Amino acid sequence: MKHPLPRILACICLALPLGFAPAAHAQAPVKAEQFTLANGLTLIVKPDRRAPTAVHMLWVRAGAMDEVDGTSGVAHVLEHMLFKGTPDVGVGEFSRRVAALGGRENAFTARDYTGYYQQIPSSRLEDVMKLEADRFARNQWADEEFRKELEVVKEERRLRTEDNPRALLYEQLNATAFVASPYRRPIVGWMSDLDAMTPDDARAFYRQWYTPANAAVVVAGDVDVAQVRALAEKYYGVIPARAVPARKPRTEPVQAGIRRIEYKAPAEQAYVAMTFKVPQLRTFEPSPEADDALALTVLAAVLDGYTGARLNRALEQGPDRVADSAGAYNGLWGRGPQVFVLDAVPAPGKTPEQVEAALREQVARVAQGGVTEAELNRVKTRWVAGEVYKLDSVMNQARELGSQWALGLPLDAGERLIQRLRGVTAQQVQAVAARYFGDDQLTVAVLRPQPVDKNRKPRAAPTGSRH
Amino acid sequence: MTMKPNLPLRAWCAALLLGSLPVAQAALPVEKFALPNGAQVWLVQSPGLPMVDVQIDFDAGSRRDPAEQAGLASVTAAMMSRGLVARDGQPALDENTLSEAWADLGASFGGGAGSDRMSFNLRSLTYPDLLPRAVALAARQLAEPAFPADIWQRDRERMVASIKEANTRPGTVAGRAYAQAVYGAHPYGRDVTEQTLARIAVSDMQALHARMLVPCRAKVSIVGAVTRAQAQALVGQLLARLPASSPGRCAPLPAVQEVAALGQASEQSIPFESAQAHVFIGQPGFRRNDPDYFALIVGNYILGGGGFVSRLSSEVREKRGLSYSVYSYFSPGLHAGAFTLGLQTRPDQAAQAVQVARDVLDGFVADGPTEAELRAAKDNLIGGFALRIDTNRKLLDNVAGIAWNDLPLDYLDTWTQQVDRVSVADIKAAFARKLQPRRMATVVVGGAPRP
Repeated sequence: MKHPLPRILACICLALPLGFAPAAHAQAPVKAEQFTLANGLTLIVKPDRRAPTAVHMLWVRAGAMDEVDGTSGVAHVLEHMLFKGTPDVGVGEFSRRVAALGGRENAFTARDYTGYYQQIPSSRLEDVMKLEADRFARNQWADEEFRKELEVVKEERRLRTEDNPRALLYEQLNATAFVASPYRRPIVGWMSDLDAMTPDDARAFYRQWYTPANAAVVVAGDVDVAQVRALAEKYYGVIPARAVPARKPRTEPVQAGIRRIEYKAPAEQAYVAMTFKVPQLRTFEPSPEADDALALTVLAAVLDGYTGARLNRALEQGPDRVADSAGAYNGLWGRGPQVFVLDAVPAPGKTPEQVEAALREQVARVAQGGVTEAELNRVKTRWVAGEVYKLDSVMNQARELGSQWALGLPLDAGERLIQRLRGVTAQQVQAVAARYFGDDQLTVAVLRPQPVDKNRKPRAAPTGSRH
Repeated sequence: MTMKPNLPLRAWCAALLLGSLPVAQAALPVEKFALPNGAQVWLVQSPGLPMVDVQIDFDAGSRRDPAEQAGLASVTAAMMSRGLVARDGQPALDENTLSEAWADLGASFGGGAGSDRMSFNLRSLTYPDLLPRAVALAARQLAEPAFPADIWQRDRERMVASIKEANTRPGTVAGRAYAQAVYGAHPYGRDVTEQTLARIAVSDMQALHARMLVPCRAKVSIVGAVTRAQAQALVGQLLARLPASSPGRCAPLPAVQEVAALGQASEQSIPFESAQAHVFIGQPGFRRNDPDYFALIVGNYILGGGGFVSRLSSEVREKRGLSYSVYSYFSPGLHAGAFTLGLQTRPDQAAQAVQVARDVLDGFVADGPTEAELRAAKDNLIGGFALRIDTNRKLLDNVAGIAWNDLPLDYLDTWTQQVDRVSVADIKAAFARKLQPRRMATVVVGGAPRP
């Protein structure tokens, strides 16, 4: 799976962009507020009165990286099981009630966290808070429900991964690039771990990590901060406090030499992905590590931040183009170790080795010649404008606030990130391009396409047959 | 990240998204006006954020592609981002200079084609030093695309490579076989292939562009922080570089054939080496202007549209664990877009999953929903109405849907009443009129052939 672009921009008061003069009628967004309940649960509220709707999210600081070998995928399986009931709410009843409230809902599992959300008319906030607090505190289901849902999760793995050669390649790449870090395991879990998973594996993960001090409730939309706080006290505040278990560091040892893997799968196009281990941003205070992480994010944008950026121009254009597509992405931050990714699909007639060399050459050019002020300003302008566009959706605002909480970042992380990115200089970008792209921290994965069996001919069933 | 599935939002059924997800609120005045150049404009003023979204639709979607040049509309719209010719003192811009100009403005502009429409979307901040420049650049891009032949050659090679790659996936193979089975020779079922792309030259794009992109054929939808006067000026400037309307320039376009009903059931079982079998079951559905529209969309919410609470999800996924994703949807457009039921499952249980899905479908068409199911559907659709219009982006989709389908300006205001009016008998009668479970197409790719 190709990495999504980072959600690095959060709701902020509009920082004055380069040369942009805000119009007189633009309303400054209301700032988010954060509280801690007596049991340790975090509450974040972001009022936005543009429409009579709200989003309510529950974030748990436990994701795939909190699993251990043998039960990979359990964080995600548990996410599915949260829909299977409590002592008071039967199987499927949670979704039926949210639907009856006019709501939409879903949930997601990542390496670093798990999240649950409902989008609702804002008048229904109390109803969904009551439901969510109930399942957060008292999730309960029969073994038989687990067995059925586990089959659904296996179908999800087949759909997303087993029939997707690039997703399979990324599983292998992560398992190679990381040795001790839990980032080495796929979020959805290895199939044999799913086959062997028991109901008590999911219950144990739930008991271990679903505690108030390890969770945050984020509410964004047409709401009043004091009222939301009172509701949170009423429904979440009564959940007994429990200690959050100690987390083992599982520190990734320093990589000291290139790693290469090949993966063969039925496909037409080859594919190359390269990961370079890089420092990450843990604080907004200036520090060599934080400064470099920010400069690497600017480097990724200069390489691939817009159509016509360096990779697109150098690899995908011209009569002798090397690639059909090429990309760059910097991890920037996370609970585990971060990487800078370069990837590409070779053009017809070109080899993975050629695109690998071409990708690295583009980084080397930045290391040698630097970047222009025009490039630098362009990527910053796009980020600043994106700050306004992002405010169109309370859902996106809530997601950013929640994910930043999960990573231990402050409430104003989005605003401070933009400020810091705007301060990155051309010299810094050139310096990180020279520093982090040698062989020693590099893992290369190459997808080698195998022919699909052409001898298997479609067979038509008799037409008009009845079922 | 892994997620439970949302409703399947398929690119080929844009009409479903635009047409069936409207909502109503009295505080949502849609203004409509025409410009002297013949363009029609639909506007919702949304002053909360300093930004504006504009969509321009033309009746130039892929349904009008010549059969041997399937893909023409879509590649024409895409190639309009590949550079501009010099005109009226404005310099030529190559593809990179053009995209850099958009990045420097913090704005975006691009086009695409669906089955019915060719659409262009502009998003910009409304700051007075930015918006006029963004509109001016969009106006040039609409009117003066360069259509460079060498870049078309490159893009075509890329498209062919990605089509070949997609053909190694069971979902692609199933989707193609299904479209063939449901639409037959109708343009909605056409496949873009290496051969059809090979027959497209930049001169074809230039001809299509010159013929169809004229102001009097434009339907423009706007949502954002602009007044009516500003919107008027904006659209005027946006279309100013297109050829002026002249008598006959916007004469009615030739009619496109309707989708033919299926005469009999068909079943295809296509062996494929994959971890899952992909299943599609369906038939031609209905046109967007069908009077049964609300009964059908409310009914489909109950059958297979309502996320985790639909009948299909309950029987196939929740009770039996057969599939991660199972759904049904209608895709009404200017023609009868398909009714489609879809799922994916381990190949050895494909036959069972197909049987369960068909039983659910048969039962629903024969008996309709229960009163309780209809109540639950209305609670969700009416109660959640505001969620359909709570961002500028969602509003734009709805406004463009009103514009494209010639819906009344109070369509959003009456939407909940229309839903509320639907009865069990309405749904049962509408489904009986539109769906014939004994004459549907079934495609299974990846499973063992059915006995």
